Amino acid sequence: MTCEEQLKALNGYVDGAQITELCDEFAQHLAGCDPCQVVVDNIRQTISLYRAGEPYPMPIEFQDRMKHALKAKWEQKFGTSAGQTLGGQSISGP
Amino acid sequence: MERQLLQKTTDLDLLRLAKAGDFSAFQQLVEVLQPRVYGLAFRILRQAQDAEDGTQQAFLALVEHIEDFREESSVATWVMKIASNHALKILRKKRGLSVVSMSEMSSGDSYHDMPHPEFIAPWSEPPDKIAQRAETQAEIDKALLELDEKYRLVFILRDVEGLSVRETTEALELTESNVKVRLLRARLALRERLTKRFGDAAPAMVPDHKHS
Repeated sequence: MTCEEQLKALNGYVDGAQITELCDEFAQHLAGCDPCQVVVDNIRQTISLYRAGEPYPMPIEFQDRMKHALKAKWEQKFGTSAGQTLGGQSISGP
Repeated sequence: MERQLLQKTTDLDLLRLAKAGDFSAFQQLVEVLQPRVYGLAFRILRQAQDAEDGTQQAFLALVEHIEDFREESSVATWVMKIASNHALKILRKKRGLSVVSMSEMSSGDSYHDMPHPEFIAPWSEPPDKIAQRAETQAEIDKALLELDEKYRLVFILRDVEGLSVRETTEALELTESNVKVRLLRARLALRERLTKRFGDAAPAMVPDHKHS
C-alpha cells in the first residue's frame, strides 16, 4: 500500500468510513498500529474541539442593527406589519 | 438529549411558521442560529466588521429565499450553507484577483510531501473540557487563524460546520479531490499543533514504520 493510499484511507476513516469499508490492508494495519490509531483519535478530537467552541460573541449593537434591517426586509417582502405572533399565539413571556 | 431533540424540532417548526409569514418565528430562528452564523463569518473573514456584514447579508438572503427550503437537510445546515456563500463572497471581493488562489492548483493539492505526524500522544483531557477554558480557547482559535487560508476554509466548512464534501466543493469552487487533500493537510497540521499543546507527553509514541 502506498503512502498516498494510506493517507486517503486515513482521511476516509476519520470521516466515519467503517473499518469494513476500508481495504483489508489498511484495516489490518490500523488494527495493529497504536500510533496510527492515536493519530485518528487526535484528529477526531481536534475536530470536536473546534465544534465545541463559540469564541466570537456577537456585539449587542450589531444584533439590534440587524433586527431592524431584517424587519424592514420582511415588511418589504411580505408587505405586512412584522408584528405577528408565533402561530397566532403570543410568544413573549409575561 | 431531550433538549437537543426539542431544539431540532423547534428549528424546523420555526422555519415552517416563518415560511407562512410569521415574523416572530423568524426572529426566534435568527436568535438560535446567529451565534453560529457570526462565528462562521468571523472564522472566514477574521474581522468583526466583515463578519457583521456577512452575517446580516446571510439573514437578509434567508428572508429572500425562505420558501426555497426543501427540508432535504437540517435547517442549520441549510442556513450555514447560505452563510458560507455570503462570507466567501465578501472574501472574494476583498481579495480581488488573488481569489484565484482559492481554486487554483498548488503544491498543497496533492498527497506528495504530505507531512507525517511527528508528535503522537493521547490527549490528557476531552475536547469539550478544553474548549470551556477561555485561555485555551484563544490558543485553539489562533491555531486555526494561522493556518494557510486554502486549508483553513476547507476545514471550517467541512469539519467545523459539517457541510458535505459536495457542498464544500461547490462553495469553494474546488474539485472533490482538492477538497479531500486540503482537508487532510488542515487536519494533520492542526492535529500536530494541538497535540503538542494538549497531548500527554508521558505516553507519547513514535511511529515504528515509514509509509512507503
